[in-house]
Amino acid sequence: MDELLAVFAQEAREQVAAMEAGLLQLEDNPADHDLINGIFRAAHTVKGGAGTVECTFIVDFTHAVEGVLSRMRDSEIQANGDLVALLLACSDHMASLIGVLEAGQEAPPDDLALEGRDLKHRLETDWLGATAGHPAEKIDPVHASGGGPVAGSDCWHISLRFGQNVLKSGMDPLNFLRYLATLGSIDSLETLSDAMPPAAEMDPENCYLGFEIRFRSGAGKAEIEQVFDFVRDECELRILPPNSRVNDYIELIAALPEDPLRLGEILVRIGALTQAELDEGLTLQAAPADTEAAPAHLPLGEILVEQKLVQPEVVEAAAAKQKQVADKKAAEARLIRIQADKLDRLIDLVGELVIAGSAVNLLASKAGLSDLGEATEVVSRLVENIRDQALALRMVQIGETFGRFQRVVRDVSRELGKDIELVIQGGETELDKSVVEKIGDPLMHLVRNAMDHGVESAEARLAAGKSARGRLLLNAFHDSGSIVIEVADDGGGLNRERILKKAQEKGLVPPGQTLTDNEINHLIFEPGFSTADQVSNLSGRGVGMDVVKRNITALRGRVDIESEPGLGTRFAIRLPLTLAIIDGFLVGAGRAAYVVPLDAVVECLELQIDSDARNVINLRGEVLPFIRLRDLFGIEGPRPVRENVVVVKIAGQKAGLVVDQLLGEFQTVIKPLGALFRNLRGIGGSTILGSGEVALILDVQALVQIASRTEEQRRPAPARPDALPALAASPASH
Amino acid sequence: MPAPLRLTFTDDMTIYNAAAQKAQLLEALDAGQDLEIDLSLVAEIDTAGFQLLLLAKREASTRGCAARIVAHSPAVREVIDFYRMAAHFGDPLIISAREGEPQHG
Repeated sequence: MDELLAVFAQEAREQVAAMEAGLLQLEDNPADHDLINGIFRAAHTVKGGAGTVECTFIVDFTHAVEGVLSRMRDSEIQANGDLVALLLACSDHMASLIGVLEAGQEAPPDDLALEGRDLKHRLETDWLGATAGHPAEKIDPVHASGGGPVAGSDCWHISLRFGQNVLKSGMDPLNFLRYLATLGSIDSLETLSDAMPPAAEMDPENCYLGFEIRFRSGAGKAEIEQVFDFVRDECELRILPPNSRVNDYIELIAALPEDPLRLGEILVRIGALTQAELDEGLTLQAAPADTEAAPAHLPLGEILVEQKLVQPEVVEAAAAKQKQVADKKAAEARLIRIQADKLDRLIDLVGELVIAGSAVNLLASKAGLSDLGEATEVVSRLVENIRDQALALRMVQIGETFGRFQRVVRDVSRELGKDIELVIQGGETELDKSVVEKIGDPLMHLVRNAMDHGVESAEARLAAGKSARGRLLLNAFHDSGSIVIEVADDGGGLNRERILKKAQEKGLVPPGQTLTDNEINHLIFEPGFSTADQVSNLSGRGVGMDVVKRNITALRGRVDIESEPGLGTRFAIRLPLTLAIIDGFLVGAGRAAYVVPLDAVVECLELQIDSDARNVINLRGEVLPFIRLRDLFGIEGPRPVRENVVVVKIAGQKAGLVVDQLLGEFQTVIKPLGALFRNLRGIGGSTILGSGEVALILDVQALVQIASRTEEQRRPAPARPDALPALAASPASH
Repeated sequence: MPAPLRLTFTDDMTIYNAAAQKAQLLEALDAGQDLEIDLSLVAEIDTAGFQLLLLAKREASTRGCAARIVAHSPAVREVIDFYRMAAHFGDPLIISAREGEPQHG
């Protein structure tokens, strides 16, 4: 039972999220019927599921929500800002109720119950006016359908005759109809037992039933047909779309085995036709029917052929669409939910396997047995594949994280009285789940900050010749082994003068010191820095941006800022794709080995240099600063005769690392350094080599910065005192 | 008029028992009396079982007597409700869950 609850809770949360996303879109397109249908289905699914797990408080509340949605769907009420806001509050409340269920409580706590009653009351009095007079409808989870039989033609009409053998084949019409009910609501249903022979001949294991159904749903024809896929060969299924012509119904009556008059009555009773329409239709039909054989008595086969002849292309299209839907369903069925810690254990083990594998490789090459060498090659290739697959298991799309910001942007822009639109790009970009989890908070800070400080008020925007509606962009893409997540606004840009002034006031920058634009931009990440003149609810409290930077650095990532006055600001967060294992390039300096992330390596060449004056080399005409690992890490001893340069590139910047030896590629399991080494620059972590020795993983980004900075400082040009240590200057990248 | 005959089903009214239950029903109807069917102990019912109820109703009316379901288990009531046959069966004790009647809950 607990597992069932957990599954329900998870699915319900997804549905609530879908509902919220739909509502947010609805705000902009209040007349979009597909959206309303989607929202309705989400609420309906939650209610149905809650019924299954017998959680009455969710059923009760969701029922009221569904009632309103149902009226929206029938265009009885129009969506507007108030209604959407109320429904959003309702979806929040539903999420809280799911939380109550997850916590194993019998009923929501008092404050939540009060909120629920209040929301329900508002739904009922403001939006369910007409039905509010009805006594509270008691909900039967199975009949989880809104509204009674509403006469009208906006329902599907489904006409079903089950074959005699379905029960014996273990298929019960009940199951199919119950499944159908999950796609929408069965407005009315008429059970026909005319086919049942007299008692003596009636085989109790045969099925003699037929159904005429008015079905209200946003589902397509293919989806409805798909419900009956398993009994397709053993049932006659006829579906008329909403708003079908009277003639279609008359044809239907003619094609069905029962007496036309009786069928006509049934159709009138369940609201498919009015009596007048039926009479008229039957009169028209009667004339030709007299001369030809009565169509009602055609054998089934001929009727089917006739039906197919009527609209062969429709049948074909439906079949194609049905296949698509079936494929999609199959894809869904291939998904497995798995606990994250199981995956983590797998990744840990794969990490150990990689280390053990490199030990075997080392032994094999020492032993000099070529057979053994070949075998270990195969093994290590397989290990590599396993590693990639295992890591891919943890990859999730960032779109879901981005999607959550729709709501944030909506709420915050209301609060601020600004009109801001959120544009999401690159939602399908994948990154490690553990990174996704940790990036949420920093992103939230950046988004709020951009809305509060970045985007100007509508008046200021209009005055600047921009559209009144601000634009916030969330974007993600892969770039050489990292993922870049951008938060960009089209606001006023950073006010560098004010930032500098503030920093000087706070003593963060000594007066008279010159800073590059980029360095000034980065001042906003200093602890205790805030330029907001007015402390708002959201930001400007002097906390946030430094935490953002710290969180991102903790993920081995970094933040870049580009800002153009009057045009906007772009924060680019660059993160490694995964935190566990990387492809490394092993190099040696002195007696120790170091690992350079392979993604950062561009090429390797021999160092040819005759003077020690400048640490630059000429790389095919390009001036490349370099750094000697021996110098950097203070390695004693004479340099080898031949030194090698590993050219690395990160975020568009290149630098050379001078090493003694190139040792080749190496799969690297990253082990974090202890807290003691947190402030060490240039080292990103450590790993264990096959021989059991420890190798340090180089932080290429920091090294590139050190290399270019040292080189800048050596330039005779305007020397400047050492800037803030945290403000490692990289040449302005815009 | 003789006192109505009472027929109580205790097993599931599923396809596995349908043949036996059909025989039971017809035998009871052959007595030519009104029939009271007690389904309060039926834990499970499927379409085959539901068809038997239809058959009982129809046979009874062709023979000029009545077959009334006098007690429903929740499962039976649910299926009859789902097939929207409560009104057609007309058994006074069948109360649709939609109209709300706790005493059969």
